Amino acid sequence: MKLELRGITKKFGDFTANDSIDLVVEPGTVHALLGENGAGKSTLMNVLFGLYDADGGEILLDDEPTVFAGPGDAMAAGIGMVHQHFMLVPVFTVAESVMLGHEEVTGPAKLLDLGAARAKVKEISDRFGFHIDPDAVIEDLSVGAQQRVEIIKALSRDAEVLILDEPTAVLTPQETDELLDIIGQLRDNGTAVVLITHKLREVKAIADQITVIRRGKVVGTAEPTASQEELASLMVGRDVSMTVSKEPAQPGEPMLVVEGLSVVDPATSLKHLDRVSFEVRAGEILAVAGVQGNGQTELAEAILGIVPTAEGAVTLDGSRLTGSSIREALDAGIGFVPEDRTEDGVVADFTITNNLILDLYDKAPYSKAGAIDTAFAAKNAKEQVERFDVRTTSSEALAGSLSGGNQQKVVLARELARDLKLLIASQPTRGLDVGSIEFVHKRIIEERDNGAAVLIVSSELEEVYALADRIAVMYHGKIVDIVPPDTDRDTLGLMMAGAHEEEAA
Amino acid sequence: MSATTVDTATPDAAASGDVLRTKSWKGPIGLGAVALISLLVFGIGTPSGADTTFSVATSSDFVHLPTLTIASKLAAIVLSVIALALAGYSAYLANQYRKPGLWLPIVYGMAVMGALLSWAGAGRDNTSIQVTGLLTSSLFLAVPLIFGALAGTLCERSGIVNIAIEGQLLAGAFFAALMASMVGNAYVGLIAAPLAGALVGAVLAIFATKYWVNQIVVGVVLNMLVIGLTSFFFSTVMSDNPDLNRSLGLAALPIPLLSSIPVLGPVLFDQNLLVYTMYVVVIVFQIMLFKSRWGLRVRAVGEHPKAADTVGIKVNRTRVRNTILGGAIAGLGGAFFTVASGLAFGKEMTAGKGYIALAAMILGRWSPRGALAAALLFGFADALRVQLGIIGSDIPSQFLAMFPYLATIFAVAGLVGHSRPPAAEGIPYKK
Repeated sequence: MKLELRGITKKFGDFTANDSIDLVVEPGTVHALLGENGAGKSTLMNVLFGLYDADGGEILLDDEPTVFAGPGDAMAAGIGMVHQHFMLVPVFTVAESVMLGHEEVTGPAKLLDLGAARAKVKEISDRFGFHIDPDAVIEDLSVGAQQRVEIIKALSRDAEVLILDEPTAVLTPQETDELLDIIGQLRDNGTAVVLITHKLREVKAIADQITVIRRGKVVGTAEPTASQEELASLMVGRDVSMTVSKEPAQPGEPMLVVEGLSVVDPATSLKHLDRVSFEVRAGEILAVAGVQGNGQTELAEAILGIVPTAEGAVTLDGSRLTGSSIREALDAGIGFVPEDRTEDGVVADFTITNNLILDLYDKAPYSKAGAIDTAFAAKNAKEQVERFDVRTTSSEALAGSLSGGNQQKVVLARELARDLKLLIASQPTRGLDVGSIEFVHKRIIEERDNGAAVLIVSSELEEVYALADRIAVMYHGKIVDIVPPDTDRDTLGLMMAGAHEEEAA
Repeated sequence: MSATTVDTATPDAAASGDVLRTKSWKGPIGLGAVALISLLVFGIGTPSGADTTFSVATSSDFVHLPTLTIASKLAAIVLSVIALALAGYSAYLANQYRKPGLWLPIVYGMAVMGALLSWAGAGRDNTSIQVTGLLTSSLFLAVPLIFGALAGTLCERSGIVNIAIEGQLLAGAFFAALMASMVGNAYVGLIAAPLAGALVGAVLAIFATKYWVNQIVVGVVLNMLVIGLTSFFFSTVMSDNPDLNRSLGLAALPIPLLSSIPVLGPVLFDQNLLVYTMYVVVIVFQIMLFKSRWGLRVRAVGEHPKAADTVGIKVNRTRVRNTILGGAIAGLGGAFFTVASGLAFGKEMTAGKGYIALAAMILGRWSPRGALAAALLFGFADALRVQLGIIGSDIPSQFLAMFPYLATIFAVAGLVGHSRPPAAEGIPYKK
């Protein structure tokens, strides 16, 4: 089935998320929709899927204009969508999840025909080699398997157009490769696939056509043969360097020493972190790689003391941190960039000025005789905004009004304002545009060169490669191994699935 | 890099799977403590030589069962030891990471109750413990709780928190009495009651889905509103025209044959139409909620509304319908207080039963079957209080009245495992 979008416009208040976008997807092809976070890719697909009403434009299926009142209509017309955040009920079985919304019933009482649903799941699973048990409960499945359930869901409805929204964000490199294989199979079966992504590697690997979107507009199309640099500059609108240059590390004395650290979930008694030991030297960046949810977040938080540790010890520059308060840890010279910047990094309803002194407000020179020296805070804010290139109309603007990249710059400016012995940064560039990523990476490397130990937690391998002097891979709450930064992608990927280095190489 | 490498590279943590599991001792410890108290107080505390008389016979029995007289102390000790043994068995299971089946808490509960009754009835020569009567009134007192808990289950399964059950019961009770009195037929009350409850449910639904008001706040406000309105009409219109608030009762309709079964027959099958309706409603919704298309969709809406929306299920429409349906069922339960009990309407006559129904819903883990069991437990405790009051027990009745709620707290804390409400309950669905 051929899908065509003509002049799709979608506005949220004054903000135009999609500005008369045209797109044609032919059957049996993979069409990549490339753009940065916030460029309007997902909005466009939600319009197509009937989740949003368009303010203008039309959708044509096989050249027939079509109107979708809701996702039900879109699915009936043969459009399937795999959402970035899976649309699966955690407590349902696979069969129940797949049948939901178009259930078959049987018998005089018209009860659910679970047998038919099971058979359907099994048939599709076998056809593509998915290895999905129809009776497995969704929440017990790995993320990769849940995604395959989503694909089964779409295929069980005979989807002829399949939209995949950032499908690889949560996958290991191996799972990503498997998914790309599946997409290839679907294409060969005649399905039109729309792949929404900001990852250039995948686009080059699988796409037949590429449409680049920036700030809600189509800014160009490209062939898959185009280089990553070309695609990136189309996406960002200016030339960007894909790698930040950095000098080799000059590691000094061990600064952070972690010994046998464990973190236990109080509700379920499960171990998030299982006897983790490692050290980070001054002037070195240790990047923790791993698929999300394998204990990295807890590791970063446990070092600072946000989550209580069950056993083990953390030592910073020779003095013990375990058991000290967060305030004491910060005063000892730890800078912390949290994973979720909008929730934990900034106070959205505070001004930039106040966000910049969240951890310093009670210390001279920010505080004078027990009150905040507002004049000094304002002066400080002005300098920091300039130094970190925070794009804002005024340092008195609310932090919540800033874009993600600029919020992250505020967090970094605040954390780097003190003399640090250790910088911990969780997912420091998640959701940032390519330009901001470059900036954040430069600052982190600068901090290393100033002699701080740096611990980075990132689920993006590109970022790990860009920053790491050594790479620690985590799996199921343990550090699988610590390897040099030139370890290849496949080996890292296997380690992220739990294999040790010798086995993986 | 071949695919087989991935398979052989299974990590230790994943291979041994659940090494991180911990043993849950809360349940066995709780059971053991209660059994021990039972042994010490009911077993050792019963004077030697005293007898307890249980009578099960009623005049309608075909088969005549004699009254049963047993040595109180011996019975209490034996039953307490059985309870202690069951606690030990559950500890054995916990040590192997297993959970006991449903039979265990049931048998355990019966043993402890038996010990309690043996102790309470010891040495009271003139009276006996009326088992049939106890069970009948247990069921009867449980009826409004069952309807209320069922209403709560239907609403919460779709994601709406229904604190307004109390108000729905009261509105049902009021409207049933009013309409039945006007027409002069108690059965009219069974039609009127659900209408009143549905109306309260509709108001809740609109505020929750259209205006995204905090559902607990709306629920509490609705309860206050219904109390105010019914009290107002009770002390004005009804007291001016006594004809509008008469005591009409539903007749008991014994089912032939079934009602002649010893003990259980008169308990289950010599009841009025509201109780029979309750049986049907529980069975129908148990099947519908877990086996039908409607049920699957309702549960999806309550767990992950966005997922339901993306497969074309109308989230808010489902929630509104379920909340109104739940209101109607709670309203029908309200008819218990007036027409089904043969009473006229009285001010605030539901006396907090709606909140207890919520506790039954939680203890029953959001299923109609569980709600039934939990409500029966509460009903039994209530009936026991009355029964012990009659034979003149040493325990203050307030303590007995507290018992089911203590049991709820213990049960929710550990015995029945982690109770897990529908994930999206109370959260308005905004696109």
